[in-house]
Amino acid sequence: MKATHVKGKDRGHIFLFALSTCGWCRKTKRLLQNLGVAYEYIDVDLLKGKEKTEAEKEMRRWSPRTSFPTLVINDEKSVVGFDEARIREAIGI
Amino acid sequence: MKKIDVEQKEIQALYGRLDKEAEASGYHLNPDEEFAKDLVRSLLINEKRYGYWACPCRLASGVKDDDLDIICPCDYRDADLTEHGSCYCALYVSQDVLEGKKAVGSIPERRPSAEERQKREGGAPSVAVSSLSLPVWRCRVCGYLCARDGPPEICPVCKAKKERFERFL
Repeated sequence: MKATHVKGKDRGHIFLFALSTCGWCRKTKRLLQNLGVAYEYIDVDLLKGKEKTEAEKEMRRWSPRTSFPTLVINDEKSVVGFDEARIREAIGI
Repeated sequence: MKKIDVEQKEIQALYGRLDKEAEASGYHLNPDEEFAKDLVRSLLINEKRYGYWACPCRLASGVKDDDLDIICPCDYRDADLTEHGSCYCALYVSQDVLEGKKAVGSIPERRPSAEERQKREGGAPSVAVSSLSLPVWRCRVCGYLCARDGPPEICPVCKAKKERFERFL
């Protein structure tokens, strides 16, 4: 999967499954930006065919109904939905 | 998939229309105008991308029949407005949110998984209603009922299109 990297402080591997059209995903990206942490994201709606299917499959591990946004931290915990308090807690900020 | 551009005047026009229609039927757009307009922009992007207003916060399959329930206004809007004060993407909000008595946030997904949706398919009306002179059609979005030969072109309450109706009785 070709993820987009956003530069910032290293707080572990932070990966965001997003949709380019979703308001809550936009808020999540903005929050991560404001927190100044490095993260990667992928806009699943902009993927096609096999790439899209693969992203959905990977996402289901964390969010069985593929709800957006889904934030995965260090491949061990996840936050589904835009929940600032939970996102801050998960990242440890 | 390439990025799609939408002109500001298209956003303004659709936002104005949706706002007017919502208020006329007892619904409300999110008072955070910038947030609401971003979602209207997304609906226009999805219209160009898929040919219909797929929910901006859900992953559309691109197959209209499989996405019918998430075409805005989605089948889950009204239940979410009642329970959470906003729909899933928060384009629509409740009176309490509009009046600032309740805050909006990201809410849990009400849409069943693809497997569950498939299981629900094909549920024909089970009530014996042979005595009715006309079939009754139900709008899946807002629950509007009407007795006529076929569903209306557009729901008079929530403006959902004909294909969003189901045979109720």
